[in-house]
This record gives sequence, structure tokens and C-alpha cells, in this order.
Amino acid sequence: MYSEKVMEHFMQPKNVGEIENADGIGEVGNAKCGDIMKMYLKIEGEVITDVKFKTFGCGSAIASSSMATELIKGKTVTEAMNLTNKAVADALDGLPPVKMHCSVLAEQAIKSALIDYSHKSGVKIEGLEDVDFDDEHLHDLPEED
Amino acid sequence: MGKMIYMDHSATTPVKKEVLDEMLPYFSEYYGNPSSIYQLSNQSKIAIDTARQRVAKALGAKKTEIYFTGGGSESDNWAIKGVAFKNFDEGNHIITTKIEHHAVLHTCEYLETKGFEVTYLEVDEYGMINLEDLENAIKDTTILISIMFANNEIGTIQPIKEIGAIAKKHGVLFHTDAVQAVGSVEIDVKDMNIDLLSLSAHKLYGPKGVGALYIRQGIKIDPLITGGAQERNKRAGTENIAGIVGLGKAIELAYDNLNENNSKLISLRERLIKNIYEKIDYVRLNGHPSERLPGNVNFCFQFIEGEALLLSLDMMGIAGSSGSACTSGSLDPSHVLLAIGLPHEIAHGSLRLSLGTANTEEEVDYVADSLVGIVDRLRKMSPLYEKVQGGN
Ligand SMILES: Cc1ncc(COP(=O)(O)O)c(C=O)c1O
Repeated sequence: MYSEKVMEHFMQPKNVGEIENADGIGEVGNAKCGDIMKMYLKIEGEVITDVKFKTFGCGSAIASSSMATELIKGKTVTEAMNLTNKAVADALDGLPPVKMHCSVLAEQAIKSALIDYSHKSGVKIEGLEDVDFDDEHLHDLPEED
Repeated sequence: MGKMIYMDHSATTPVKKEVLDEMLPYFSEYYGNPSSIYQLSNQSKIAIDTARQRVAKALGAKKTEIYFTGGGSESDNWAIKGVAFKNFDEGNHIITTKIEHHAVLHTCEYLETKGFEVTYLEVDEYGMINLEDLENAIKDTTILISIMFANNEIGTIQPIKEIGAIAKKHGVLFHTDAVQAVGSVEIDVKDMNIDLLSLSAHKLYGPKGVGALYIRQGIKIDPLITGGAQERNKRAGTENIAGIVGLGKAIELAYDNLNENNSKLISLRERLIKNIYEKIDYVRLNGHPSERLPGNVNFCFQFIEGEALLLSLDMMGIAGSSGSACTSGSLDPSHVLLAIGLPHEIAHGSLRLSLGTANTEEEVDYVADSLVGIVDRLRKMSPLYEKVQGGN
């Protein structure tokens, strides 16, 4: 049911953990729905120099977190801001339709950490004001049978 | 990876060799249609008759009270819809529970759209119904009580004889979905006052796609499948002879070896439960401590999610199942775990290991040891665990 890439990132996830004195911390999802993602960012200048995550969730939630952290590590804040859930899913060689919300959660976790960074540092990030975390409807993404 | 350790016998079981051996001739050798009159079909007729006798004996029923079906779901559908539609003039009220299999629940929900009224009884934290609640729920319009014998997720066995007595006292028909119980629990339909009972072969080392419905003599019921005159005009369709033969053999074997099998299963079950309790923190055994299926173990592991647990077990060659939402394809975790009062976040972390007679103590110990590592790894990744550990 899962691609090899998903299984790889589930069994050996990259960047698990926390960052002390992180510049931005974001948490999305809720335990009731069965998935929570927490992202920690270390930012120097424009660049995300380190990123760590903790996730409560299914295999694809853990794999999506791992892949998302890989995709933004060493990238600029703007690049991280532009990371889409589709890019996360594609990098995992696809997710089953019912699991696409896991990649959405990963995208949101990053944005949520960027918001925290922006608040703490006073640095404005283009596009962040428009971010809307709609937890409730996360699971209503188009599903195929 | 070494050999697979299969601990999902509540999902299905392998067909036993003795069962398969009896089935095989009915594919290409004795393939005659039992409704035909030539000699070849006599073999088929005799085979069905023998199987019917074996099923009847296992349940303490008469041969003429056993009807073969296409499995547990069909038996449940037939019992409930058949009784409901036949008795619509008498009343439209059905009593069932919140923890039934979907074959019963969705059938009842369907009937609600057709003018029936359904009461879904609550269960306690162990998954037991309350007999007083049941009695209080009965009204003049009640035509059927449908309560499962044993639950497929948490293994809780209901007080079936007491339920039967209440149904009898109030003149209400009593159906039980015994798909998980048959082959594991001693059943006497007369003594227990059961009017209708569903069973399925693939849960007792028989083939898939075949089951039976016991219908007490004299009970009026509409057919579900109409057509030819098979099963004494009650269930149309050319018989699945090989399947029926397999069911007959499987049920006979199950009851011939019931005590021996159960004492083995119970000792494995208790060993696994003890192991998990001793080795892992923040766990909860779901279901009843004693009134449970001999092979059922169901735990919640806090702070982690069931699908991640199952995937990890699978990587170690261990097959189990979970009531987490992620494995059901729905938003909510299992309705059974919610009905016993578990909060969503805990219900997401459930794991069912259902043991079979081929499992061994070594396997049980290996599974428990594997779980220690898997649970530890997943908890270390979990932001919920970090909170109880006093982190930020
Ligand atoms: C309690 C219960 N009822 C009904 C069924 C359905 O049986 P079948 O798979 O034979 O249709 C099952 C099996 O999944 C079950 O566990």
C-alpha cells in the first residue's frame, strides 16, 4: 500500500527530535484525529540551518514529516514557505489518496513554525498572513475509492 | 525476514489440511448439482447433508434448523432483515448494541431508513451489555433482539443465556452474531434460548465465503436471496458444496478439540498479556479480563498510533490488526473502542493480536519483545510522549 520511499522514511525517519532554543516551533493536528506534528526550526539569516520534528500519527504522517524536514533543511525561509504538500507527497513517490492529509499536515507544520519564527523575530515572511489552518476539514480532501 | 508470525485469527484463519482434503473432491470429481436427479448429484446431496448434521451437532440444533449461506455477513443480513420484514405488522422495533460488527450495525441503520426503530444498547468499560438496560428497552413493538455472542475486536463474551431468557420471557426473537464465538465457545442454542445464530467458516479454519444461519424451527422469516428452491426454499442459489463440506469438517474439528485448543490459547493469551503489562508502560488491556475469547488480546498503547504500530510489526514479520482510524479508512477510531469509553487519542493506539492454535510460546515472547522496541521507537518520536516525560 505504501511506496518504498514512504516505508524508508517511516522506518528510518530523518531529523527526529527537538531543537533547544529553536527559532520557530510549530504544532498542528490534534490527538483526537490521530495525528499531531511538531516542527522545530533553527534559522540563521535567511537560511534554515537545522530542522527537527516529532510526530504522533500513522506511517505516512511520520514519513511525511521526515521528508518535509529533508526538503527544507538548508533552504531559505522563502523556499520553505513555498513547499507544498504535493511536493512532499511526490518526493515520497506518492501517498495513497486517504493519506494525502498527512502531507498537508507536514506543509502546515512548517508554515506554523515559520509563523512562530516571524512572531519571535519580527521578520516578515511573504504569504504567511494568508495561511489558514483548517484542521477540521483536513480529512475532507478529495478521496478516491 | 524469517517466517511470518500470524496473530490475526479474528480476521481470518488458514484452512486446515484435514478440511481442505475433504473439500477437494467436490470441485472436479463430485461436481454434480445437488438439485439434479442423476447419481452424480447424490454425492453432493449426501455431502451437504453430512455438513448440515455436523453444524447442527456443534450448536445443539436440529439438522433442519441449519441453513447454509455465503458467510457471516449474509447470515446477519438475513436474520435481521428477514425477521424485520416478516414481522413488520407485529412491530418495528429492534434492539442491538453499539459494539456489533458492521454486518449487523449497517443492516440496522439500513432498516432505520425503511421505517424501523432501532435501540443501540450501551456497553460498560469491558464491553458488556447491562441486562437491565436490555429489559428496559423492550417495548410492545419490539420484534427482535440482536446481540453478538463475542466481540471481534475486544473479545468480550456477552451473557448470552441470560439474554436468551429475557427475550423468551418477553416473547421477542433473539438473534446472535456468533461469528467469533463458534469454534471457540461452547454453544447450545436450546439451552441458551437462541432463536437465530450467524456463523462463518473462515473464522474456524474453514474456507471463506461460506457460513450458516441457525433458525429455530417454527420461526417465520423472509428469505434474503430469492430464486431456486435450495435450502428448503429459504436461500436460493446452487450450493457452494466444497465450501459447505469445509464448514462441516472445520466445525466438527473445532468442537472435537475445543478443550484442548482453548486451554492452549488461554495460556498463550495470558502469557502475552502478562508480558506486555510487565514490559511496557502506559498500556491498557481492552475487553473483559475473564469473559473473553480464548485467543483475543487487545491493548492500547498510549501516545502512539495503531497503524504505525502495525506497519512496524509487519516489518518484523508479525501480522496483527488495529482499531485506529488510519486502518479503517475512516475518520474515527473503532466504534467498539469508543463505546467502551476510550477517548479518541487512546483508541487510535490500539492493537489486536488474535492467537491461533498454531502459535507458540516462543512466538508470543518474540512478539512481546518486538513490541517493546517498536513502542519505544514510536514514543520517542511522539510529541504526546514528550509531554508526559516532562519535556516542553
Ligand atoms: C462478529 C462478526 N460478524 C460478522 C462477520 C462477517 O463475516 P464474513 O466475513 O464471513 O462475512 C465477522 C467477520 O469479519 C465478524 O467478526
